[in-house]
Amino acid sequence: MSVPTELGYTAKHEWVVVKDGIATVGITAFAAESLGDIVYVELPEAGTEVTAGQTCGEVESTKSVSDVYSPVSGEVVEVNGALEDAPETINTAPFEDGWLFRARLSEEPTGLLSAEEYTKLTEGEE
Amino acid sequence: MSEPASVPRATALREIHEKAGATLVDFAGWLMPLRYGSETAEHKAVREAAGLFDLSHMGEIRLSGPQAAEALDHALVGHLSKVKVGRARYTMITDADGGVLDDLIVYRLGEREYLVVANAANAPVVSAALAERARGFDVEVSDESADYALIAIQGPRAVEILAPLTDANLDDIRYYAGYEHTVAGQPVLLARTGYTGEDGFEIFVRPAAEAPRVWEALMAAGADHGLVPAGLSARDTLRMEAGMPLYGQELTAELTPFDAGLGRVVKFDKDGDFVGRDALEKASRTARARRLIGLVAQGRRPLRRGQEVQRDGVTVGTITSGAPSPTLGRPIAMAYVDGDLDTATGTFTVDVRGRGEAVDVVELPFYQRQS
Repeated sequence: MSVPTELGYTAKHEWVVVKDGIATVGITAFAAESLGDIVYVELPEAGTEVTAGQTCGEVESTKSVSDVYSPVSGEVVEVNGALEDAPETINTAPFEDGWLFRARLSEEPTGLLSAEEYTKLTEGEE
Repeated sequence: MSEPASVPRATALREIHEKAGATLVDFAGWLMPLRYGSETAEHKAVREAAGLFDLSHMGEIRLSGPQAAEALDHALVGHLSKVKVGRARYTMITDADGGVLDDLIVYRLGEREYLVVANAANAPVVSAALAERARGFDVEVSDESADYALIAIQGPRAVEILAPLTDANLDDIRYYAGYEHTVAGQPVLLARTGYTGEDGFEIFVRPAAEAPRVWEALMAAGADHGLVPAGLSARDTLRMEAGMPLYGQELTAELTPFDAGLGRVVKFDKDGDFVGRDALEKASRTARARRLIGLVAQGRRPLRRGQEVQRDGVTVGTITSGAPSPTLGRPIAMAYVDGDLDTATGTFTVDVRGRGEAVDVVELPFYQRQS
C-alpha cells in the first residue's frame, strides 16, 4: 500500500500536507481500500471552521459510512468539488486528485504521524 | 460473560480467494470473499459478461425415501410433490404462526429424492425442522452441507463459458431446472438458478474438495469472455436490483410470506395439512400489515437498511436493504411501509442521519434482464 513520505497522517487514516499556511486533507489509500468503492462524499463547506480531531464529513462506500476527522484546525477555504460527480477518484488517486478539502490553519497541526509510523499502524490492522 | 467468538469456517475455495486478493469477511459463520477488487466492477461484469461466485456457505439438506414428497408437502408451504424430476422450486419454510424461518430452493433429483438449499445462517434450523417434521413419514433427512461446495456462474456469457466444460446440452436445461452432469470432468448437480437477475448456473460439487479444480477450469474457460470472480458485496447489489428478498432483511420470522408480497409461494390446494396452514390462511384473508416497495434516491447519497421512510414528513416505513445501484447509477432501497399506504401521492423522503433525502417510489424489481 502506498504511503507517500512527504505527508503527515492521523491514526484515523487521514493525510495532510501544509504549504504556506494552507493544509490539504485527504484519506489514505489504506482507508479507501478498506472502504471499498466510494460512492458519496459529504464535505465541509468553504468558510466552515474545522477543529483537529473533530468529524467534518463522511465518506460512503457501497457497504459502509465512515466519518472524516479533520487533522487540522482552521477555516475551510476550498473543497474538492470534482468528488461530487466522481467520488471514485478517492479510490483511484487518494493522495492526488482525491484530496477532500483545504483549510487555512489557525494553529500548527500537532500529533501527526510520519509515513513510517502510519505504515506500522496499518500493518497491525491488515 | 459472553461466549468467545467462534472462528469462521473456511470453504474449499479459501486459498483460491486469498491468491486472488479477496477481502475475506465473517459472513454467517463462514469466511467468505466480500470482494476481490472493485465490487462495482464485479457487479457490472455479471450484468455485461459473467461472474463466478463461491456460495459454499449455503446449506444442502437431502430428503430421500418413498415419502420424501409427502414429507416436504407437510414441512414447507410449497407443493413439492407436484414438482417434476429435474425441476426446482422457490419456496419457504414457516413456523406454526406463519413466520418465515427461511426461503429455500428445492431441487427434485428423483421420484424419491430432493435437495433443499437453505441460507447459511439458517441451515441448522432448517435441517432440524425438516428432520422433526419428517417424523412419521418414510423418508431419511440428512444435512449434507459439509459435503458440498457450491459455485455459481452468472451473467449473459455464462452459457458460452460453461458449454465447452460440460457434458450437458445447456439449451436443454431450463430456468429453475437441475440435473446430474459433469463440469470439468467432475460429477455435479448443474442447475439453471441464481440470485443475480441474470441467466446463469449453480454448480453443486461433491465432494467439496473437488471445487478448486472446477473453479480453476471455469476461470480459465472464461478468461477471454470477461469472467471475473465476484464477492458477496456484488451479490448483494445484484439481488437488490433484481428485487430479490434476503433472509434477515426482507424476510424474517416476524413476517409471513404475504407481508413480503410472496404469498404466491403458499399452496393451500395441496393435500393434507402443513405446518403454518391455519395461520397462513388467516394471513391470506386479512389486509397486509406491511408492504414491500422500491425506492430510488433523487440524489447520490446512499440509502441504508434501518433508515426511516417518510411521506409528507410522517414516518410510514423502514428500509430493509439499500445500496448504490451500479446499473441505475443511483441509490436504491427496498422498504416495508404500512400495508394500506397510498404510494401514488405525496412526497417521499428517507431520513439519512437527520437529513431528508428525496426518493421516488418505484415498482420492483429495479432491473430486469432483456431476454
